[in-house]
Amino acid sequence: MDSSQLIGITTFTYLFSTILYAALFIFKAGRLGPVATIFTLVAFLVQTAGIGLRWLESYQMGMGRAPLTNMYESVVFFAWTIIFIYLIIEWKFKTRIIGAFAVPFAFLAMAYASFATGISKEITPLIPALQSNWLIAHVVTCFIGYAAFAVAAGLGIMYLMKNTSETRQTTNDSSLLGSLPPLKTLDDITHKTMVFGFLWLSIGIITGAIWANSAWGTYWSWDPKETWSLITWFLYAITLHARYTRGWGGTRIAWLAIFGFVSVIFTYYGVNFLLAGLHSYGSN
Amino acid sequence: MKDKNPLWSFFASVKLALFTLFILATTSIIGTIIPQKETAQWYSEKYGEAAANLFQVLAITPDMYSSVWFLALLGLLCLNLIVCSIDRFPGVWRQITANNLETPVHRLEKMSPQYTWQSNESAEITASSLKSSLRGLGWKTEEQTSAEGILLFAQKGAMSRTGVYIVHTSILVIFAGAIIGALLGFKASVMLPETRSTDKVYPFEGQAPINLGFEVRCDRFDIEFYENGMPKTYRSRLTLLEDGKAVAGYEEKEVVVNGPLRYKGISFYQSSYEPYQEFLVTVTNKKSGLTETAIIPYQQQHNSETSGLRYGVINAETRGQSVSRAKIWFADDDGEPSLFWLDDGKQATVERSKSNYTVAVKQMYATGLQVARDPGVWTVYIGCGLMILGLMVAFFMSHRRIWLFISETSGQTSSILMTGHSNKNKAGFEKTFQALTQAIQPRS
Ligand code: HEM
Repeated sequence: MDSSQLIGITTFTYLFSTILYAALFIFKAGRLGPVATIFTLVAFLVQTAGIGLRWLESYQMGMGRAPLTNMYESVVFFAWTIIFIYLIIEWKFKTRIIGAFAVPFAFLAMAYASFATGISKEITPLIPALQSNWLIAHVVTCFIGYAAFAVAAGLGIMYLMKNTSETRQTTNDSSLLGSLPPLKTLDDITHKTMVFGFLWLSIGIITGAIWANSAWGTYWSWDPKETWSLITWFLYAITLHARYTRGWGGTRIAWLAIFGFVSVIFTYYGVNFLLAGLHSYGSN
Repeated sequence: MKDKNPLWSFFASVKLALFTLFILATTSIIGTIIPQKETAQWYSEKYGEAAANLFQVLAITPDMYSSVWFLALLGLLCLNLIVCSIDRFPGVWRQITANNLETPVHRLEKMSPQYTWQSNESAEITASSLKSSLRGLGWKTEEQTSAEGILLFAQKGAMSRTGVYIVHTSILVIFAGAIIGALLGFKASVMLPETRSTDKVYPFEGQAPINLGFEVRCDRFDIEFYENGMPKTYRSRLTLLEDGKAVAGYEEKEVVVNGPLRYKGISFYQSSYEPYQEFLVTVTNKKSGLTETAIIPYQQQHNSETSGLRYGVINAETRGQSVSRAKIWFADDDGEPSLFWLDDGKQATVERSKSNYTVAVKQMYATGLQVARDPGVWTVYIGCGLMILGLMVAFFMSHRRIWLFISETSGQTSSILMTGHSNKNKAGFEKTFQALTQAIQPRS
């Protein structure tokens, strides 16, 4: 059993998790709840083992490096972090429905990593510029932020769905969306998740700047990737201020959570493929 | 500042902040789509004359992010931050330092969460036992006695109210660091062939070379490859020289990517290299101990004047532009010449009738160094540290306050009103508050 098999298995288990959470949501099959959680937890552990094993394999291949340095590895880590954050939210807020909106992101990420053409799964050694502990810190912190923003976007979608249904009909308890947490709770969790993401994105940008400075002597060069991470950061800063000082909430924040995540995706993915820059290592 | 003049209010407003951040976010996109720092000719070829001119007029090219209008936007953000902080901070400071014992009881009665109970002791005894159990739980109380009763007050995290201001200040600190770097620093580069030294480097902006005030010599440059052919390490060995003499502690210092060399505030970064069609051959006569080094073009014979030896590289195997093995031709005035292959960068012993020689060969390279001085970088890092600190304080800490008002109902009994407030995370505080009420009530 090698790491790519373990990670490959995770793709399917996250698909199954998605189905379980969707069933929970659609059929209100409450008894499935613990099954979904346990299944997801096991899938998560398998993925953790897979990532760990990949690390070990890199040592066996004589290049010893953290499994976080190309597109494939970062997408896998992204999915891992989404599940991690989701499980914490499930545990803290005692609600499973959110899984139907968060776990699919992890599945999509894994499916992309596994099946997209042009993504190499090989363990390749690090070119000199990438041999830095700051790079590892940079990737880890950025992806914790990105994953939080993914979960926030899922919550935003949930909020909007529930909100539309509540304005359309008055007796919604029997409806599908009636089982979602109250709007107020959703709004609160969305905000908290974004705040959490903002902190990590800030740390991610800073560690990236320190890395750039140790490699090239410039901590900021307005390279497209850097600039997009800053644009994303501005967007979330706007969201925080609009909420905190202008009392924005509800639908607007939900839209901003979705919009912010679109910017995240562009920073993470779009820049590598559509624009050129220092970070083009991700495109192999 | 209370009679707010409209200009002040404008610059203090959060609306302006939202506006500026939004404009910064959207205009920043332009420079990620239109490549920056290309030549005028490049732009007109790519976008056509008219568009290229327009870009130039709008200062989108060649360097939008240091254009006047972009810097003005950043300046506006700073001004906004400064005015907003001056406007609000005094109020926040008043909340931090407020004497909460002055809060009137009728205000406390309206606050929530709230909890009341009775005690079978006098107000004084009740107060002192409440005080000690609160202290045991980490809440240090102040108190004030009045005709109506005894007011106890305790708080945690008052300073957390400054978190937001730490974040805002950190942004100003980072900008200050960037300005220091821009005004007093430089970014330059130099392509330095092995064995050569220079005291001049060439800035990215501006034409005149910069004089370092000392010399830097490249002793050696090496590339290592992984088995699959990917580059593993680019490594220069540099020696710094003052008045022609090597500076102690700066001899043959290793510089790799992510591992710069720093001296007198100037940092040397490994950034590129250039392979030459020449070889550095070092020959040591083992008997006499004499060493000579020569730079020899490919497939040319070198006749050493000092030793009388003749040698050259007659063949080479390459990997890309880098030589991996070289075939050496070596002769002295005695016997047949020696012919042998040698890995690049390695040495071998050649046994000749009169003496043995060590011969080392390596392809000649120039190392590409990025040379930077940035006296603002530590200011930037301090700003970054402050930002993280401030964000943690602003997001995860709150100012929690509790009041207990104990009034004597008769000589031997008293009633207690407990209330509290938190500026953030009210739900979490309510739980803490409930737990606290349970913990400090005497069990009956
Ligand atoms: C990129 C720049 C900025 C960042 C990263 C930033 C960050 C923050 C953060 C993290 C908070 C706390 C929000 C919360 O607790 O949920 C905050 C609050 C606030 N910010 Fe900013 N900010 C920025 C720019 C500005 C500007 C330009 C203004 C100017 C008006 C401003 C005004 C405020 C105000 C008034 C608050 C609420 C403060 C309070 O609690 O009394 N911010 N900011």
